[in-house]
Amino acid sequence: MSDAFRRRAVLILPFAWLLLFFLAPFFIVLKISVAESAIGVPPYTPLILVDAGGWHLHLSLGSYDFLISDSLYLRAYLDALKFAAVSTLACLLLGYPLAYGIVRAPQRWRGALLLVVILPFWTSFLIRVYAWIGLLKGNGLINNTLLTLGVIDQPLTLLNNAFAVYVGIVYSYLPFMVLPLYAQLEKLDPTLLEAAADLGCRPSQAFARVTLPLSLPGIAAGALLVFIPAVGEFVIPDLLGGPDTLMIGKVLWDEFFTNRDWPVASAVAIAMLLVLILPMALIRRLLQEEAA
Amino acid sequence: MGFRGVVGVSSLLSAHLRIEGVVKRFAPGTAAAVDGVSLDIAAGEFFALLGPSGCGKTTLLRMLAGLERPDAGRILIDGRDMADVPPYRRPVNMMFQSYALFPHMTVAENVGFGLRQDGLPKAKRSARVAAMLDLVKLGALAHRKPQQLSGGERQRVALARALAQEPKLVLLDEPLAALDRKLREETRFELVRIQQRIGITFLMVTHDQEEAMSMASRIAVMAAGRVVQLGTPEDIYENPASRFVADFIGGVNLFEGEVVARESGRLLVAIGEIGATLAARDRPLASGAAVTLALRPEKVVLDPPPSLVNRLEGVIRAVAYRGEASTVEVELARGKLLRVSVTNSALLIRAHRVGDHVAVGWDPAAVVVLEQ
Repeated sequence: MSDAFRRRAVLILPFAWLLLFFLAPFFIVLKISVAESAIGVPPYTPLILVDAGGWHLHLSLGSYDFLISDSLYLRAYLDALKFAAVSTLACLLLGYPLAYGIVRAPQRWRGALLLVVILPFWTSFLIRVYAWIGLLKGNGLINNTLLTLGVIDQPLTLLNNAFAVYVGIVYSYLPFMVLPLYAQLEKLDPTLLEAAADLGCRPSQAFARVTLPLSLPGIAAGALLVFIPAVGEFVIPDLLGGPDTLMIGKVLWDEFFTNRDWPVASAVAIAMLLVLILPMALIRRLLQEEAA
Repeated sequence: MGFRGVVGVSSLLSAHLRIEGVVKRFAPGTAAAVDGVSLDIAAGEFFALLGPSGCGKTTLLRMLAGLERPDAGRILIDGRDMADVPPYRRPVNMMFQSYALFPHMTVAENVGFGLRQDGLPKAKRSARVAAMLDLVKLGALAHRKPQQLSGGERQRVALARALAQEPKLVLLDEPLAALDRKLREETRFELVRIQQRIGITFLMVTHDQEEAMSMASRIAVMAAGRVVQLGTPEDIYENPASRFVADFIGGVNLFEGEVVARESGRLLVAIGEIGATLAARDRPLASGAAVTLALRPEKVVLDPPPSLVNRLEGVIRAVAYRGEASTVEVELARGKLLRVSVTNSALLIRAHRVGDHVAVGWDPAAVVVLEQ
């Protein structure tokens, strides 16, 4: 067997994986999105109709038309983007010092500190989000503590609003920000900071001129890892956000399971994918320019 | 002023550095990395701290840059105590052993880094950066990133960056260690030329005795955190103060002996090892004192003229050809080996071969007496 063949053989596995578990479902969803809703199993019209006249391709852009005409969808998209963007920023502001602190901690502490960051993954995501209900609700831990301490005399509304959604997303996705940042900052040669100090930089200036620019790839990776899943997040807005929080993931869920309108739900999914590919492509471009 | 426009020697720019009893201990209870070092380095001097790795020379350099704090002692630059001056306020720039170039910046941005920090306007800044890059002959590469440069080019960027802010004192941490041999030798002259041109005080740390001797005007030899000898390269090479210095600086033959007499400006020393009495430079030592004699290989002559009083017979055991010279190993009485360095023109004429019987000799003035 030649080396070239072997090299190709190694590539077959990931490609087959992507084809099977990403592209195939994508095309199925794409197909459903251009069908029309129907009563039956499955609840949409087939792509190819076979009748006396032969084969007909049955394509309908009705679901997309519906997405555009009903402002609810646009609002849900924009809200989802806003939730994701603000949460990503919050994760960055919390995660950067955290990652920096871990990198700067004595060697023997680092492993333990990283473990603490990853620890929440040992419990089910769903259970952790439920736990936040217990913390945030009217007679939950936070309100009760504040009432007992006399800081407030009326329970604060912490649950079923945007605040709760932010808390949930930032809490859940923070490790995805911390880990790539940690990996990036750990590579930073401390001699560079000494050189910056030697050339006249106070510690804060050395951070701005050396550490921060050199950690941009980690920031980008962390931001993508938080932003992308946060846009499509369904569980957190559903459990913590209450009925008034509109995020596109939740709308999608409602279309599928409440309205049983599979074509519209699929169109929502396809549109969401497009919304997400755009920022990814942009960041990739920026990073490549940075590297060049 | 300075080399902003014309690059000229100006001792006004350079600093007088005084180090007084500096001590640094990294952990309590351990041996001090730097153990009471005092030095006085004149403005405009090219000074070298020379020593094996772990002798504390780099720690001392880092304390001068402000990157480490001394536990005791004072560092004065132009009379000003640096104790509470942070690294970003010291009139000192350092060239790091790894160069520590900023990978996200171009060569020009690296060189201009400190100037930007000083708030120099852009036009002045780029003029200075251009002058610095000219000085190190890197003008054509101003817009490259450090990763796109060769090792020698990176070294010159690091030097230009360390000089750009017009420091009074430049610290060089093993400036040539990362270069290959040929480039290292060329760069030695280059560094000395640049230092002489701009007249700034250079303080270099190195473990390479050849490097220190060929570049520095004065050398402090360090061992175990202390300065064991201070002097010009000639001083240190010709008159090593201890066995350690004699052995560390260049090749040397060492003999253990005992003073038998002092006569007519010479010391007579009995060397049991080879069963002979050698004449050496006079030192006020009494008979019976135990001494070590140090003899440089190039001071030994093969087939000596009869006028030399120190004469021994031996057999050639090995000849190592080194290009411009060869090292000949001569076995003396009782298996004691004596290394002799012979220039190859001399060697060829006499055509010495392994196994040949040969006479060796040297002048009494070539033998350095080290007290034990």
